[in-house]
Formats: sequence, structure tokens, C-alpha cells
Amino acid sequence: MIDFHGFEMPVQYTSVIDEHLTVRRAVGIFDLCHMGEFDLEGPGAVATLSQLTTNDPSGLQPGEIQYTMLTNPNGGIIDDILVYRTETGFFLVVNASNTEKDFNWINQHLLPDTTLRDRTSELALIAVQGPKSLPVVERVLGKPLADVETYTFIDTEYKGYWLRASRTGYTGEDGFELYLPNAGAEELWQDLMTTGAEEGIAPIGLGARDTLRLEMRMPLYGNDIDETTTPLEAGLGRFVKFDKGDFIGRAALVKQKEAGVQRRLVGFVLQERGVPRQGYPILSAEGEEIGIVTSGTHSPSLNQAIGTGYVAAESASPGTEIHILVRQKRLKAQIIKGRFLK
Amino acid sequence: MSEKGLLFTKDHEWVRVQGNIAVVGITDYAQDELGDVVFVDLPSEGDQVQEGEGFAVVESVKAVSDIYAPVSGTIVKVNTELEDSPELINESPYEKGWIAEIELAEGVQLDDLMTAEEYEAFIKEA
Repeated sequence: MIDFHGFEMPVQYTSVIDEHLTVRRAVGIFDLCHMGEFDLEGPGAVATLSQLTTNDPSGLQPGEIQYTMLTNPNGGIIDDILVYRTETGFFLVVNASNTEKDFNWINQHLLPDTTLRDRTSELALIAVQGPKSLPVVERVLGKPLADVETYTFIDTEYKGYWLRASRTGYTGEDGFELYLPNAGAEELWQDLMTTGAEEGIAPIGLGARDTLRLEMRMPLYGNDIDETTTPLEAGLGRFVKFDKGDFIGRAALVKQKEAGVQRRLVGFVLQERGVPRQGYPILSAEGEEIGIVTSGTHSPSLNQAIGTGYVAAESASPGTEIHILVRQKRLKAQIIKGRFLK
Repeated sequence: MSEKGLLFTKDHEWVRVQGNIAVVGITDYAQDELGDVVFVDLPSEGDQVQEGEGFAVVESVKAVSDIYAPVSGTIVKVNTELEDSPELINESPYEKGWIAEIELAEGVQLDDLMTAEEYEAFIKEA
């Protein structure tokens, strides 16, 4: 009866719904040690990154962070990543499943006097997310952090370990992502748990990580975006800077922008009982197949079934009624604009 | 609630047989593995079911699972409480979280089902 696939991972510690609501109302802690981290350094670092990514890294000041994408010559998304501007170059944070692929891709395109170092195996990542995360992280690190603005970071110390604290996350809530050497990770985790007890801190598994990001319409690599989808189709055009100069994939993306995209990633709310899942067909109200679900879940905050998927561009307007084919049944859904959780 | 007197399948359904009626649900182990149940796709009264055939679907936040009929027969009653309160499967898998009542087809054998002790040993091996 039960599909046990994936159960070896910490999908949940207690309950996906409880964990989800803990992050929305208080504070949760995530073990994200599987994420990939690289250092890109040297005089050619800015130019190397700019030719590989869609966003423009040239104006970033040390301490600033940017969301961007690596694209292939077809404009397909190799990965969506965060780039941290450091004094000496960039710190790149990539999706776990793409670590090796990204490293090889960047390494193949290094300009002269540029080095790339994979730090994944030496660094741990713990995320603290939720409206009460600031006081917890401040007490643990022993310093005020309110001035660390969203999408910026500072380097500090924790019990003698180097620690990078960034005001970022994948939940839509306030919070921090804390990078430090593996040796200090367990102590930091325990410390956050003990210190945050007052705020009701709890560990959060991959299940709630997915429902939290989906309510905010943050794309998941491998589900919503991959090498066959472009930033323009995925609604990520604001992270593509056409006028910054050439980059891999630019020509294809310019062409696509001029011609208009054929399909768009949309968000939809189910209006009947059921749960949409990745791979389910999307039909027009007339019953014609117009797309496919890429992510779907039961939203714990809204107590409603929500999902995202690619649909033909002419059927992608907010308000459009679509049908999701769930086990041979057509369930009504409506395309919405923007985030599910406003 | 104890599982005494119930019979179990390898697919983690339970059955309580009273005369020619079998009440069916999913086990505590199954609900725990599935996590928060958010929707139950119930069968209709009058549906004919065959042993081993999917007759209901339980959706949790993280997974969708077919529920297989432990016995052959006719659905005579469904737990409509689950439409508005699917979480009853998590909270009370052997009582309030029952899914359907099946009127046993003639000649149905229950020999292939496990006792509570056998099922407990079975999930320990899993």
C-alpha cells in the first residue's frame, strides 16, 4: 500500500503540517548539509561568473547576495544558485543534486587567473527560518544581527569556528542560513535547539521544506525548472539581464523573448478535493491537454490543494479555469497570480 | 485501542470481521509512515471489490497511496466523516479512521490474512 521511496531521508521529524506551521508562526531549524558550496576567486572571477549566469554580478558589493541561474546554450537552466560577493571573489551555493555537474561546467569555463574550489565536503549548512529566528540566532552568535539585511551576509565566529551568516532562506519567512566547518555543526545545532526552546524552535524535514517553498512559489530544481526549461518560461525573467553583455544562453533567450514563450509556469489552486502531484496532466476546461504539473501539495497554511505546472502560453492567464487529471478524474482548478500565501 | 481481534494484510490494511461484514482501514504503522492525511478518495456504496484491488486512495502531504481490498465483496458503507476530517486516519486508525465496510462475497477465505502478532512480526522485518 505504501510507497516507501525517499523515506530514508528526514522527510519529517514529527509531522509535515506541524513543522510547516512552526516555521510560519515561530522558528524552525533545517539540516541542509547536502547543499553544494564553491569558492570562485581571482581577477577573472566577475567576468567568469557573468558569462555563465543570467543575472549581473558586476555591481555586487562585498556582503551582498544575488539569486541567479546557470544556463546552457539553449537557455535551459543548468541550476539556480546563490552568489555571495566576498572580498576576494564569490561564494556560490548550488543545489545538492547539481553539485558535480555545476562544478564541472564552471570549471570548463574559467577565464584566465580564476580558480574554482569545491568546499561542499568541508562545510555544513544549517538554516534557521521563521518570524522568531532573529533573536535565536543573535543569542547563539552573541551579536546583534538586525542590520544584516535580506540578501546580505556577514562572516563571524562561533566557538572559534569561521561562520558565514546570511539573511536568506527558502521559506518566504525571515531567517538565516549559517555556513561553518563540519566540526562545529553539531554543537551549533544543539545550541540553536537549546537557545531557541523559548521561541518553540523545532527541527524541520524535507517535507515541510517543500510545502514552505511552494506556498511562496519558489521553484524547485528538478521539478519546476531543469535544462529543458528556460528562465523566461519559468517566470524568472527578472533575473535575466540582457543588457549586461553576452552570456551562455543569451542568444537563445533573446530569440525566445522576441518570439514569445510557448509555455509558462503557472500556479493553480484546486477547487475540488484532492492533491495534485508532479507529472499529472493539466487539461483545458474543454478537456484538451495543455500542460503538466511540476509541483503539487496540500498547503498547510491555506488548508487547500495547490500546485504549479507548465501550460500553453495562451492558457496561462490568472483566473483561467483548468482541470487537473487526478487518477482519471478531472478536478477543477484556477490559475492564480503570484504567491499562494500573500 | 488494541489491534486484538483484527486481521492484517502485507499492504498494511486491517480488517474487523463481524458476521459477513468486514470493516476495513489502514494500520497505525501505515498512517505513521504516510504522515498527515489530507484527503481520502472513498469508494461508493454498492461498488464491487476484488481482493487485492485498489478501492480507495489515501493522500498525505507527502505521498499518495492506494488502499487494496483485503477481501472480495460489496461496499455497503463508507466512512463519510473522512471527507471533512481525513486526519481521523492519523488520530484513530483502528476506530474513527475506518474507511469502508465490505459485505463478504460468498466463499471468501480469511486464511491469507495475518493475526496481530503475525503482523507485528511482519513490520519488524520490514
